[in-house]
Amino acid sequence: MGKVVLVTGVARQLGGRFVRRIQRDPQVERVVAVDAVPPEHHLGGADFIQADIRQPGIARVLAETAADTVVHLDVTATALGSGSRTSVKETNVIGTMQLLGACQKSPTVKRLVVKSSTNVYGSAPRDPAVFTETTPPKSLPSGGFAKDAVEVEGYVRGFARRRPDVAVCVLRFANILGPTADTPLAAYFALPILPTVLGYDPRLQFVHEDDVIEVLRIASHEPERGTLNSGTFNIAGDGVLLLSQCSRRLGRPTVPLLLPAVTWAGSLVRTLGMTDFSPEQIRLLTHGRVVATDQMRETLGFKPKYTTAQTFAEFARSRGPGLLPPEALAGAVDRIAALPLAGSGHPPTQSAN
Amino acid sequence: MADAKVIPFDDDRSRGSAVQRPPRRRSAGSRRKGEPTVVREVQPLPSRAPAQDDVPVTREEQPPPQRQDKGAYGGLERRIAGGLAFLRRRLTGDYEVDDFGYDAELTDQVLMSLLRPMYEKYFRVEVKGVENIPAEGGALIVANHSGTLPMDGLMMQVAVHDHHPANRHLRLLAADLVFMLPVVNELARKLGHTLACAEDAERLLAQGEVVGVMPEGFKGVGKPFSERYKLQRFGRGGFVSTALRQGTPIIPCSIVGAEEIYPMIGNAKTLARVLGFPYFPLTPTFPWLGPLGAVPLPTKWTIQFGEPIPTDGYPPEAAEDPMLMFNLTDQVREQIQHTLYKLLVQRRSVFF
Repeated sequence: MGKVVLVTGVARQLGGRFVRRIQRDPQVERVVAVDAVPPEHHLGGADFIQADIRQPGIARVLAETAADTVVHLDVTATALGSGSRTSVKETNVIGTMQLLGACQKSPTVKRLVVKSSTNVYGSAPRDPAVFTETTPPKSLPSGGFAKDAVEVEGYVRGFARRRPDVAVCVLRFANILGPTADTPLAAYFALPILPTVLGYDPRLQFVHEDDVIEVLRIASHEPERGTLNSGTFNIAGDGVLLLSQCSRRLGRPTVPLLLPAVTWAGSLVRTLGMTDFSPEQIRLLTHGRVVATDQMRETLGFKPKYTTAQTFAEFARSRGPGLLPPEALAGAVDRIAALPLAGSGHPPTQSAN
Repeated sequence: MADAKVIPFDDDRSRGSAVQRPPRRRSAGSRRKGEPTVVREVQPLPSRAPAQDDVPVTREEQPPPQRQDKGAYGGLERRIAGGLAFLRRRLTGDYEVDDFGYDAELTDQVLMSLLRPMYEKYFRVEVKGVENIPAEGGALIVANHSGTLPMDGLMMQVAVHDHHPANRHLRLLAADLVFMLPVVNELARKLGHTLACAEDAERLLAQGEVVGVMPEGFKGVGKPFSERYKLQRFGRGGFVSTALRQGTPIIPCSIVGAEEIYPMIGNAKTLARVLGFPYFPLTPTFPWLGPLGAVPLPTKWTIQFGEPIPTDGYPPEAAEDPMLMFNLTDQVREQIQHTLYKLLVQRRSVFF
């Protein structure tokens, strides 16, 4: 008997890709794709059901399809199209509540996978440098997507207590980057000139879209021998990049601003509707955040294909060169290196001989 | 300059280092015991060595006369090329940092070079017992803290970096204030410092790093001048349980000289509270002379790394035993205090 997988948030690129990927798995019989708006991309052979997870109707969808695996991807920081922050928050929080309520009533659900974010750890100078899954945040996120994610995880924990027979997996993703990622950080890196906070160089971690799809797939199937895929896991690529490194590799100049000026500029940009430059985003770009991925490797048995640096390189390639392409800078340095050699190029060759 | 004023030992050292470079480091460790023997050891070496193993030495001995002009030229050339390669890597972001933000390349090439003049010329730091730091594996260095500004930590980092034979890097644990201040936090992270909390310390020790901690914290660094070289309370001894959990040795370290760089004769508590600092120092020169008053006094420093205290013989639950914690904390504290007194007795003057 094959599995019936219900996926929420399929109108987004990530959801669409996941739906297309999981259909190809032999143990999956049917994929039910749910979102409030019809997706612009194709979903392969999946059945699309237009349903708003904020409405109780989701329970009927779940009952009718008799889904046994629910993959909840509709926890996102940015609105799709022209939605407001309020509707995003409602989808995140109320939507999760409704979906979990529906799952609790459904006798067929055996597995729940929830996409969360490392935003739940917040970002503060008093925090340890590396967060593990058990690190309590020093300062709980006060608002924005981070608070949504904290609340979502709270509901999921409550659900796991009430339905101990359901395997629950919460995946805390670091900043997702990739050719199609529509995360706030990707929008930030798309700015021609990157505003940064003067005197801070945050450590950032990225995870590639392909790895996101892969780990979601691992979490929604039966665990492999010797691994366990229920619980909470940090998902991030290996290694760390500093924001200064990112801007240099991307070839985009930075403008260091004082912290109050950044906050002001952020609200200005937000009002103009150019990009979501929320306070939590500014905190991330001030203090940075790094998570430990030992649990991901040892318990979940997942090895990301891309390191943080490789993910960023892929992303930079997909975005095209910035104002100061690193190749041009390297070329300039090489030309300078060639200059003194032109005047005194002989001594090194002699000593080499 | 400094060497000219100094009493015989340092004369010996400069002569020794003029003859051959490596012995300078060795002499730093065992100078006091037998300066004459060290000098005698140093001088015959070049003459005796060619007879023993002539192949490598002659190769080293012969080139200099020819290379004098060309070598300097090639050296400069190489340095420019190296510098440009470095610049190229920095400009294109093609370098690595670890999870804590430690930028090994920047630290080695730039930040250490900035600290070194202060270490060698200004404070003329003398390092003893650096061989007590293991060549591999984790170790927790526990030191006294003083001097109003945490210069002692930075100098200890240079001492380990420049003198340890296995080129180990000291990873310091710093107060949260460091990570709140702009620029300071950036530099601290790039130098490999991290927040003084059990999680970070354990993670670093588990990675096999040498971790430096100053358990006195603000109580030590901001203590008045009258209490110099009197160790303050060692917190709750959290560093001991961290070391016990990882089974890494604790190396007590005594730093003499740092306590006099800014003689703190007063503390403007109200101003400190307004600025959000734990203390606001008043010294004979600061803040009366403005930025000039912030120049530290050129004291002569000694950094002594003591005998390691092993922690791997205890059962795993020992880390939760408060009595053992207190005993070990006291043992470490006593050893540092005792060494401090011993070094102070040996010291001839604050400045030389």
